[in-house]
Amino acid sequence: MAEPARPTRGYSVRTLPGFAIVALFTFVALYAPIAILVVFSFNAGTSLAIWEGFSLRWYVQAAQNEQVLDAGLRSLYLAGFSASIATVAATMAALATTRTRRFPGRTMIYALINQPLMVPEIVTAVALLIVFAAVKVWTGHTSMIYLIAAHTAFCVPFAYLPIRARLETMDNTLEVAARDLYAPPWKVFTRVTLPLMWPGIIAGLMLAFVISMDDVVITEFVKSAGQDTLPTYMLGQLRRVVTPEINAISTVILVVGAILVSLFFALTMRRR
Amino acid sequence: MTDAISEAPRALEREAEKNDIRTRWLLATPAIVIIFLFATAPLFVMVVYSFLAPGDYGNVKWEFSLDGWTNVLVQRDIFDDTLMWADAHLSIFWRSLSLSVITTFLTLVFGVPTAWFIATQPPGRREVWLFLITVPFWTNLLVRTIAIQELIRAEGVINNTLLFVGLINAPIQMMFTDFAIAFGMTYVYLPLMVLPVYAAVEKLDFRLVEAAHDLYAGRWVAFRRVILPLIKPGIIAGSILVFIPSLGAYVTPRVLGGGKNLMFGNLIELQFGAGRNWPLGAALSLMLMAAVMVSLIYYVRVTSREQSDG
Repeated sequence: MAEPARPTRGYSVRTLPGFAIVALFTFVALYAPIAILVVFSFNAGTSLAIWEGFSLRWYVQAAQNEQVLDAGLRSLYLAGFSASIATVAATMAALATTRTRRFPGRTMIYALINQPLMVPEIVTAVALLIVFAAVKVWTGHTSMIYLIAAHTAFCVPFAYLPIRARLETMDNTLEVAARDLYAPPWKVFTRVTLPLMWPGIIAGLMLAFVISMDDVVITEFVKSAGQDTLPTYMLGQLRRVVTPEINAISTVILVVGAILVSLFFALTMRRR
Repeated sequence: MTDAISEAPRALEREAEKNDIRTRWLLATPAIVIIFLFATAPLFVMVVYSFLAPGDYGNVKWEFSLDGWTNVLVQRDIFDDTLMWADAHLSIFWRSLSLSVITTFLTLVFGVPTAWFIATQPPGRREVWLFLITVPFWTNLLVRTIAIQELIRAEGVINNTLLFVGLINAPIQMMFTDFAIAFGMTYVYLPLMVLPVYAAVEKLDFRLVEAAHDLYAGRWVAFRRVILPLIKPGIIAGSILVFIPSLGAYVTPRVLGGGKNLMFGNLIELQFGAGRNWPLGAALSLMLMAAVMVSLIYYVRVTSREQSDG
């Protein structure tokens, strides 16, 4: 077939000069600092920039550091509690707001659930500081409850996102079938709806867990004395002489985070 | 059909719908209560605090005062009680604004070509590249900031390499500068630029670009007159998504800027620490929130226009 006459370009419209090079540079630049951080966590010397041989000494030192273990356990405990509560609340909220016509107040529910995402973290942090300072004086109570409350609140929108996405793509024929077969509503929910939305719930839980584990700002302002999490402990350490021990802790955080994020992607992509 | 027959089922239906709405509200209640108590209500308390007088050792005195708001711009001299501009605050506002603009610009410079590159890959490979952009974004922000800090320290990898090659004789001071903050923020917020621009380029109809070429437009003209207007909503969306967290940044300027190069977020913190001026801190927080809200409303308008066009 004859090609229609057109000026010869000799290049593809999909490539722009220099763009691929900038893009590849960006990818390298995105990973190089993290890679260097990881490499020097295995440094035998105390330098963060001069390689003195391979060693696991900083991992050993971090593992024997009482404060690190304490902060690490507290982070896990805090993230576990907050993410679980947030996921339960978010699952219920997602069931309430999806697969329905617009009903009075739905927009308001949406707006409230997403509100923590709209406000800069530092603003939420100082607002909570103000309120909790008063409550702490008033009740004399300074347990982890404040941190759990604060973390749960900002975890809800993150847990909500994947659960809602899952519910919106779920088709309700199976539930209708179960109802037609005289299954009571509770059974329809536990035997049909819940198993179908399970990947969304797990994804929401993991996202909320990662967000809670990573939080620095709100934790820094809400925590009482002796309630350092791993990130706030590290932030405090940066003011002193930094050794590769920080790199070792960072590497562990990176690995755990990367595993959770990969699992999250696997769970949310599979349905496509 | 007569009304008498259709009336009864319709009433039942209305009853069922009412029940459904009630159940939905009950289901949403725990999430609403948690967020209202621990995220929304404290903001209202902060509004109240911004109109109180600062306490002597932090906290507030319960008496009405506008000092929190006036202190944003003016300061009373401790010795002769005269009013003067709060130069320190003004320079911090200016730094926050200019560093956020610079960061947005830098993420554009690196983010747009990256987004273009990903979007023009064969479909199967796009997801891999996208994944590679997203993973760092979900890794700990503090850890990524520490990675930048270790890179640019006086005895860090960059200085050591330059010294070793012989390009410099003494380490360059990069830490605790505005450059460090802009560099760090560009690094941590880059994915926020790439993702919306990618979405715009992916939707781009390349036949239009071909048409431009067929009509003798050069590559530059085609880019400026055809491609750029078409991906502009994505670029604006990405710019706002980068600008907003930059303006409210706290961790990155604290770690990379040190005690002198404060940004808005650090100025707020200062009022609750050494500054001992909670009302001022509350007023500053509300200002920051207002600035972010304006940007967000603009963002929503841009993205919703894009959707109605698409």
